[in-house]
Amino acid sequence: MALPQAKQTATEERLAALTMPDAGCTRKAREAALARVREMGLPGRRDEYWKYTRPDTLVSTAAPEAAVFNADEPSMFHEFDRLKIVFIDGVFSPEESDDLELEGVTIDRLEDICCKDIHWAKELYGVLEANGQDPVQRPLAALNTAFASDGVAIHVTGKPTKPISLNYRHASETSDAILHHIVRVETDAEVTILESGPAASRFNKCMEIDIADGGTLHHVRAQGRDHQRRAATHMFTRMGQESVYKSFTLTVNGVLTRNEQVVELTGDDAVAHVAGACVGDGDFHHDDTVFITHDAVNCESRQVFKKVLRNGATGVFQGKILVKEGAQKTDGYQISQSLLLDDDSQFLAKPELEIYADDVACSHGSTSGAIDETALFYLRSRGVPTDDATDMLTLAFLAEAVEEIEDDGLADVIVSRLQDWLARRR
Amino acid sequence: MAALDQTQVKEGVDQETVDAVREVSTYKYGWETDIEMEYAPKGVNPDIVRLISEKNEEPEWMTEWRLAAFERWTQMEEPQWAMVSYPKIDFQDQYYYARPKSMEEKPKSLDEVDPKLLATYEKLGIPLKEQMILAGVEGAEDAPAEGRKVAVDAVFDSVSVGTTFQEELKKAGVIFCSISEAIKEHPELVKKYLGTVVPVSDNFYATLNSAVFSDGSFVYVPPGVRCPMELSTYFRINAENTGQFERTLIIADKGSYVSYLEGCTAPQRDTAQLHAAVVEIIIEEDAEVKYSTVQNWFPGDENGKGGIYNFVTKRADCRGDRSKVMWTQVETGSAVTWKYPSCILRGDDSQGEFYSIAIANNYQQADTGTKMVHLGKNTKSRIVSKGISAGKAQNTYRGLVSMHPKAKDSRNYTQCDSLLIGDKCGAHTVPYIEVRNNSSRVEHEATTSKVDDDQLFYCRQRGMDEEEAVALVVNGFCKDVLQALPMEFAMEAQQLVAISLEGSVG
Repeated sequence: MALPQAKQTATEERLAALTMPDAGCTRKAREAALARVREMGLPGRRDEYWKYTRPDTLVSTAAPEAAVFNADEPSMFHEFDRLKIVFIDGVFSPEESDDLELEGVTIDRLEDICCKDIHWAKELYGVLEANGQDPVQRPLAALNTAFASDGVAIHVTGKPTKPISLNYRHASETSDAILHHIVRVETDAEVTILESGPAASRFNKCMEIDIADGGTLHHVRAQGRDHQRRAATHMFTRMGQESVYKSFTLTVNGVLTRNEQVVELTGDDAVAHVAGACVGDGDFHHDDTVFITHDAVNCESRQVFKKVLRNGATGVFQGKILVKEGAQKTDGYQISQSLLLDDDSQFLAKPELEIYADDVACSHGSTSGAIDETALFYLRSRGVPTDDATDMLTLAFLAEAVEEIEDDGLADVIVSRLQDWLARRR
Repeated sequence: MAALDQTQVKEGVDQETVDAVREVSTYKYGWETDIEMEYAPKGVNPDIVRLISEKNEEPEWMTEWRLAAFERWTQMEEPQWAMVSYPKIDFQDQYYYARPKSMEEKPKSLDEVDPKLLATYEKLGIPLKEQMILAGVEGAEDAPAEGRKVAVDAVFDSVSVGTTFQEELKKAGVIFCSISEAIKEHPELVKKYLGTVVPVSDNFYATLNSAVFSDGSFVYVPPGVRCPMELSTYFRINAENTGQFERTLIIADKGSYVSYLEGCTAPQRDTAQLHAAVVEIIIEEDAEVKYSTVQNWFPGDENGKGGIYNFVTKRADCRGDRSKVMWTQVETGSAVTWKYPSCILRGDDSQGEFYSIAIANNYQQADTGTKMVHLGKNTKSRIVSKGISAGKAQNTYRGLVSMHPKAKDSRNYTQCDSLLIGDKCGAHTVPYIEVRNNSSRVEHEATTSKVDDDQLFYCRQRGMDEEEAVALVVNGFCKDVLQALPMEFAMEAQQLVAISLEGSVG
């Protein structure tokens, strides 16, 4: 079907402002992705998948300006023993980064995968993204595949002793970064990947993750505090038998964030947990869009998303569990909840189930409301001041999502960041 | 019913449930009435619209209204978003108007109606004689006198055959007649309310309906009147290749109450037929309307051939404060269902309720649900939806709960459960939840667990064993929905009572 004229024009305008990197072996994948973008067109306001989030500023030719909030602020995970990889406005910084040497893992810059002849990377680049375009189109991810200017290829073959930390710094008020990472976790290998920082004025990031049988990947992300930054991120994860994928995202501030997670459980007995906590104040729009496909027997998936909103902030949740025919014994759970601290904020949710197998246990729940007055009264009657009581209840509300992080040290960092937010914005 | 017989039923789904679904799925109303019909030429165009208007002896303003709708319709596209698939409908290959020849001269009373038509309704169990008790309804004898009477408006293809108890209703001030009659007799009411709940340009099918609707029912309950009996419309599609487009308009004025029932059947045929109705309900201050449907259009045979495409727009506007509406539907028929009875809760303290059981078997596809739009303060809504799929059927709950910024202190509770019998069918849930103020509470639940764990725990704590506890909770819950149906539908509903929710999927 031909694209509507307005959409086609907007798409071509955006494409005209981009140059495809001279990328050797990924060239074919990039050109195929470009063809996909042209076929789908970039998201517009009338697209059903963008019903609750206006994509205008994510697809405009130039990135809207965004003030740099605190360029010197250390990475959230700076106290952790980690292998640090730093990108400044979407460009890899060898000076700021550690040596990319760690036992059990090989890390290369995207531009090097061709000259080093890294087969797995060439075979993965753009593949999961392309798979993830059906049944719902994700044109921004295809745009990313076509035009990504940097990124890393992480090959996990063992169990590295420390996490790999991707730190994204924001330096220029007009930066428009497109990063694409690919990760392959081999059989029985295990890794933790951390992501932090505001990245750029506008950030389009795509990560393709291929987890082989028995592999495990932990992912903890903290999106930066810059108030005016914008981000559209995609994570495409394909999971083999008995593999494990656990992802948690904390979002504090940012004028517009859209995080998409596309998970496909293709091997039996795989486990995928995707969680997020977000706290928003004022001009803040946060969108979690999750699509989990069960295509194997006896898999488990969990989605836990919590949002605390005030002063006109908007929280969006679009989650879907698709259980394909034959994916029996599926255990799918999904919860999305929002706590609205005042009357101006809003929560918009579309929690979906699509089930074609009869022996499954799938449930979803979604609630929205204010702080529980009874609980507040209880705490106050015990002598806790109202503000402290509100904070306690807010943290308790967010806890279910934070508890999805397995590493207690990392969970503590997240909790302290949440406490900072509560203290700062009171 | 071959499909279900061969299905391996999962452990935990009890036989009673399977039998009940099988029973419901045997179509009993597939016969045809052999009667001479008069058709308008095939297809739809301004001339057909004018012809329908003329046949109904409508005033000029009505004809213009229809033509404007038709003009609008030609610019619209068929909606694609529902989780249903069917061959493209050729809108020019249908008859838009069909009436029994004997209805050319409108009969003045039921005594003059063609006996063949009366026999048709008799056979369907819908007596058009003004008798006191509905045939065969158990327990009706014990009901209070006024509760036993049901006034019926019978619609046969494109025309209303007759309306019973009109005189008695008139005494109470209630107007109950066909919409074509209302356009002639009460133009001021029709003009004031028609199209105010479902605007002409609302959606593709509603717009088509606005252009070509041939008949339907009209109800007006004056202020403070409690309608002395249940009102009912029975829709029968009989002619081949004919679309049925009926329009229902119900107005409950201040402080009034009415309970309205709707039933529908069609003969068994190989080719699919289109049914696109619009129902508008206006509820003023302190008024209450109950609208119940047992939809039993021909669902197509076990190979998915034929059946009715049921594309219906139903909406209630709770305009006045403390007004109340309750939709109850049992959807067992139709090859494709596309239906979302909705509530606009405009008045403060108004209430909307939606209870639904949708059963899809063989190749049936049901995409149904509701919209609860909270505009007024302290408004309440409740959604209870049960979807059952068997064979190769697809069953989707699609709903919207919207809390506007001014709808302070409002409440919504939604629960949708689905049950799959066999591994070739599908059950889907597509809820939209929009909360734009913080004093409102919205809860949406769709669970697989057979029953709520807390309730189960409570029962077990009181010494029941697990099975007893499950039976108690499930039974209580299912009855909740069925009890919302008026007694007159008890016969049809009884077949569904046995359905338990064991092994259900959210």
